[in-house]
Amino acid sequence: MASKYSNITVKGFRRENGRVGVRNHVLILPVDDISNAACEAVANNVKGTMAIPHAYGRLQFGEDLEVHFRTMIGTGSNANVHSVVVIGIEPDWTKRIADGIRETGKEVAEFSIEQKGDFETIRAASWAAKDFVHKATEVQREECSISELWVSTKCGESDTTTGLGSCPTVGNMYDKLLPEGITGFFGETSEITGAEHICQKRAINEEVGERWYKMWKAYQDDVIFAHQTDDLSDSQPTKGNILGGLTTIEEKALGNLEKIGRTSQYIDILEPAEQPNLGKGLYFMDSSSAAAECVTLMAAGGAVIHTFPTGQGNVVGNPIVPVIKITANPRTVRTMGEHIDVDVSGILRRDQTIDEAGDALIDMIRRTANGRNTAAEALGHREFSMTKLYRSA
Amino acid sequence: MSNIPHLLVHDHEDNVGVVVVEGLTAGTEMFCCVTHDNSTFTLTAGADVPIGHKIALKDLKNGDTAVKYGEDIGKVIADISKGEHVHTHNCKTKRW
Repeated sequence: MASKYSNITVKGFRRENGRVGVRNHVLILPVDDISNAACEAVANNVKGTMAIPHAYGRLQFGEDLEVHFRTMIGTGSNANVHSVVVIGIEPDWTKRIADGIRETGKEVAEFSIEQKGDFETIRAASWAAKDFVHKATEVQREECSISELWVSTKCGESDTTTGLGSCPTVGNMYDKLLPEGITGFFGETSEITGAEHICQKRAINEEVGERWYKMWKAYQDDVIFAHQTDDLSDSQPTKGNILGGLTTIEEKALGNLEKIGRTSQYIDILEPAEQPNLGKGLYFMDSSSAAAECVTLMAAGGAVIHTFPTGQGNVVGNPIVPVIKITANPRTVRTMGEHIDVDVSGILRRDQTIDEAGDALIDMIRRTANGRNTAAEALGHREFSMTKLYRSA
Repeated sequence: MSNIPHLLVHDHEDNVGVVVVEGLTAGTEMFCCVTHDNSTFTLTAGADVPIGHKIALKDLKNGDTAVKYGEDIGKVIADISKGEHVHTHNCKTKRW
């Protein structure tokens, strides 16, 4: 049966592979840290492009290298990206990333620096970037169903108000839009600790729940217990969480899990930066709870809009994905209002229901998809943080 | 509801609630609301407690379990009187 959410449409960019984007970036993507300077020079030469410098890409190996490639290819493949100029120090890994992005059907130009130098590379790449800008700026938005959006979530600088207000608001949105056919992402593996018994049960079936639990337990054993030097009480919860009134990881986890609502169930578990391949539905991505790393991984997985509940006021953004900030904390609305897109502090005053707050968020998703810049976009927050699994060779 | 609550409680099984107003002072007769069904009660604040921080809904003993969302959120590590501030000085995770 059609609900009142079935007929919501947005003006998006339909890409060659059918996916719907809500932004139209021309990216200048460095394969590795030493190609950042050339990418930034190209972005400076050609207005309307964006370089996304990062810290890694040399001498990585094994699964850590795979996460790097997935993040690079996934970022370039995101439906918010029109076309990509890829620049690396040598041709082989550059080609691997460029070819990975080409599978989406979008235009990619690749350049490597060795035996040419920055000047010649920047000159050639600037011509390609300029050509892409002309093409991108002629693309028109077209009407798409809200159900075609891929929407991720991760909360940050959480406090007790996130569990009372902003996380249940996101949960309410998922309970309403997942049945309409959107694709959703949640994650933050370490932050489920304390609510893992509940999270396991929110899987679509027992087999998926078992796989989820194995993934969570492996993180506990291989990362937390292998590297801990204290009881983690200063990292999970964070100092900011504790200032906001959260006392234990269990309390934080229970609030965090409010983001998947009352009825939503996840259908599969994704590796960091992995793209979903089981169709529409909610996915758990194995990911860090650090805001910029997590949003970067989910954007590489294909999310085109991110919903970000905050309590004490996390300011994170992303270069290619609009990050919608939601808070229920009236003090944060008062002191950090420039960062907030959706104020749900009425939930704490009991003059706004979770249902009303969920509708307000859905409306902000619609407006953001139509082109409204989020607070993070307006303030220039473009945090692009690669996840690193272990030391490079 | 015309009254704006001072304290919100997730579930009836909970033994802690969350201060949702700024500048709460000791001695305030708090208007409290259980979000699960919007039922209300009153409780006297035993301390100045910042917004977002927790208050004990009943006397808690060292070794008790703190309950919020109807779930175990950690162990009480010092006796806490009803109305007092509950935080890292008297409550700790059972995990780490």
